[in-house]
Amino acid sequence: MTTSLSQRVLPVAVMAVAVIAVWYGGAVWLNAPQAMEAMARAGKNWSTADLVMQTFAMKRPVLPTPDQVVVEIYHSLTDYPIGHIRNLLYHTGVTSASALVGFVMGVVLGVVLAIGIVHVRTLEASLLPWIIASQTIPILAIAPMIVVILGNLGFTGLLPKAVISMYLCFFPITVGMVKGLRSVDGMAQDLMRTYNASARQVFWMLRLPSAVPYLFTSLKVAIAISLVGAIVGELPTGGQAGLGSRLLSGSYYGQTVQIWSALVMSAVLSVVLIAVVGLAEKLVGRHTGAHP
Amino acid sequence: MNPLVFLPLVAVVLPFGAGVAAWQHPAALVAVGAALASLLAARLRPLPPLAEALVLLAGVAVAAAASLLLLDRASGIAAPGLWVFLVGLAALFWHALTLLAQGEGAGRVALVAGLFGLALVYLWEAVVRGFGVPSVLLPAPSAILAAMPPRADVLWDDFRQTVLHAVVRGYLIGCLSGFAVAIVADRIPFLARGLLPLGNLVSAIPIVGIAPIMVMWFGFGWESKAAVVVVMTFFPMLVNTLAGLQASEKIQLDLMRSYGAGYVRTLVKLRLPNALPFLFNGLKINSTLALIGAIVAEFFGTPIVGMGFRISTEVARMNLDIVWATIVVAGITGSTLYGALALAERAVTGWHPSVRRRR
Amino acid sequence: MSADIGCPTNELPSPLPASKATADHPPAIVDIRNLSLVYQAADKPVYALSDIDLKIDSGDFVSLIGPSGCGKTTLLRVIADLEKPTSGDITVNGMLPEAARQKRAYGYVFQAAALFPWRTVERNVTLPLEIMGVPAEERHRLAVEHLALVGLSGFERKFPWQLSGGMQQRVSIARALAFEPRLLLMDEPFGALDEITRDHLNLQLTRLWATTGKTCVFVTHSISEAVFLSTRIVVMSPRPGRILDVIDCDLPRERTLDIRETPEFQHIAARVRHGLKEGHSYDD
Repeated sequence: MTTSLSQRVLPVAVMAVAVIAVWYGGAVWLNAPQAMEAMARAGKNWSTADLVMQTFAMKRPVLPTPDQVVVEIYHSLTDYPIGHIRNLLYHTGVTSASALVGFVMGVVLGVVLAIGIVHVRTLEASLLPWIIASQTIPILAIAPMIVVILGNLGFTGLLPKAVISMYLCFFPITVGMVKGLRSVDGMAQDLMRTYNASARQVFWMLRLPSAVPYLFTSLKVAIAISLVGAIVGELPTGGQAGLGSRLLSGSYYGQTVQIWSALVMSAVLSVVLIAVVGLAEKLVGRHTGAHP
Repeated sequence: MNPLVFLPLVAVVLPFGAGVAAWQHPAALVAVGAALASLLAARLRPLPPLAEALVLLAGVAVAAAASLLLLDRASGIAAPGLWVFLVGLAALFWHALTLLAQGEGAGRVALVAGLFGLALVYLWEAVVRGFGVPSVLLPAPSAILAAMPPRADVLWDDFRQTVLHAVVRGYLIGCLSGFAVAIVADRIPFLARGLLPLGNLVSAIPIVGIAPIMVMWFGFGWESKAAVVVVMTFFPMLVNTLAGLQASEKIQLDLMRSYGAGYVRTLVKLRLPNALPFLFNGLKINSTLALIGAIVAEFFGTPIVGMGFRISTEVARMNLDIVWATIVVAGITGSTLYGALALAERAVTGWHPSVRRRR
Repeated sequence: MSADIGCPTNELPSPLPASKATADHPPAIVDIRNLSLVYQAADKPVYALSDIDLKIDSGDFVSLIGPSGCGKTTLLRVIADLEKPTSGDITVNGMLPEAARQKRAYGYVFQAAALFPWRTVERNVTLPLEIMGVPAEERHRLAVEHLALVGLSGFERKFPWQLSGGMQQRVSIARALAFEPRLLLMDEPFGALDEITRDHLNLQLTRLWATTGKTCVFVTHSISEAVFLSTRIVVMSPRPGRILDVIDCDLPRERTLDIRETPEFQHIAARVRHGLKEGHSYDD
């Protein structure tokens, strides 16, 4: 069922407008008590319009307005040099560095495991059920411990967060790759048999290329998850750098605008990372004759 | 057979502990003897794979248990014989697993997976004991198990706070509201076309980040954690329900139209049953997300009880055994929830190709 | 064995199975004796193939025809060493099928084109050559040559999704011919195509066979296709899978589509149809 561009864009646009409207409305509603208190202390008479303007301009609002968040982000990006600790871009860089390193490690681990599972039957029977079971365990709960243990062994900074990210993202990649490596058409396998192709040739020429679409789907899921892992990995040590630590310090000091700007920044980062993977997918697809 | 299985033979000549040779200690004798006996028994007469595997496993079990006794005396590098022996034992075990894995049936797979898991736990115990790993770094499984009963009350309070309050309530609210909104969106396609991209966006961003905001709005109690769980579970349920409602084939819908069935009747008799596999998929995903959400949300602030709280504070105090105990409880909870849902899925949607046994 | 009842003319070639190897006759390319394939299904054994005797000589075009379940595809797969028989003997090029497969003695064409969607047309044709370790220049030359043979010159850089079903199947034929095997095994290669395309491809195939002199074993369930293409037609029937009749088809080697209107063609087709009726192919 093909929908025209207007049919697809219009609902999203309406939804975006609705979300922003609700956001402003919520800001008024949630900030009102604090605003009324502040104006009562100031002693002046105030009208409803004054109240609404006050709720939009509070220093520590219960719910900051979209424009407050945007302004805060803008200031944080432009008022300080890039490497400065108050520049949000610096924190974004720290978090994305660990997320990307963890992602790469997770991809390597996931692909290697998948190849092993598909080719060694004992591994499949013994390991795959545990890999699936491991996902029902809240791995993020172990994050603090991993950070502490690795810290004791002398690994601080990027590595513990990358390890958490790696653990989180290897599962969708393993599962996706196994599915992809096994998705081979029976006829194509027979064809390779008639050529007396070796197991290595079948792997490189048939299984791996068939698995690529499945791999990219899992890569998109994995990169989003590894970002979550990197952020959560910053929480235990009360770290100084990274989007997670900005979230944490914002919550400790009641700096709501800081919390929201860190949250929006991580959302943007996530969307950008997924888009990059999507772009890579398109490039690979064009080279391997994918149906546009 | 992998040549590594003959390592037990070689190991005999090396020290099994500080200055102790294999034949000087009864436990070592038992260990080596059991391994060799089972190896010989398995090779001497041709046996069916299952029997051969069982014989090998019996020998490995006895040898492994005996080796555990020795590990307390051994200390890392001073016991090369013991480590070589364990490697040989592992090769023997792997061979037994390979024999078992050739069989068919879910029972076999469960057996192989279960044995593999036991072997990993044993390896953990062996390495921790053998190399004298400090318990602040990595406690042995036996230590973790021992630490659980005395702290059972703490574990139970945490469990009640996190799981029974935050997770269960948040999960129910999130899934039900996601389901309800999906039904509404099904009726109003415009809404569906607007919500789905939003849902995909939300699933991409780190939702746990809203935890501090929820704490600000709902306070430190379980309500804020439940709120995080609601937000995390709402969209996956919405997306999955919508996909499920669209899963009915046109030919089936036409049939219902020919019977003059209205919207509600078609929904109840056709579209919801067809949507069940998708619904269960969403419920299973959400069970994992709910537990993670509640625990991680507690990292951001909670009264002095809760599993996330326990983990983050006890880690800072280096009381790792209670941390591990909490993780074990979390793991069991997660697996039980997921397993219960999977069983319910099999019972309710046994007709669906993805759930049916192949062939 | 076919009976002569109902045949309009009284001049019939012998219905007995084909020639034995004699001193001045080259040995058969495929020699099947007493072959059976039985497998266990649910509660009773299924005789997919039962006592098959067949010899295929060099340069023959042999069609296997019969209803579903008569074992024609199974027989082809046994020749290709994609399945193993449970009893009987079979040699391909004088060797066991497994050895023949390892020596890449035949090209196999499936019911669907089975092209790799991520490879261009040329690289699909060179797939077996890459596996065999043929150097790149040689591969390119062979690919271009064989694509020209099936009438697809100029399509080397296209991807499979850009080709029609018939063209994809022609690529798969070019691929089967690329490493120049003596034997070509084809499993209902044109079954998924519309009739007009099938006619074109049948014509191209018979011309290809006439010029290259390959031995072909062709599975089909179209009577006119079998008669049009073959030198011998093997009629099979199911439950158990067995050969009912082998009909020699002595139409001239160079054939055009018009030959389907001739009385000789109709006569042979009638014999085939009769054989199928004998084998209860048209019963419930």
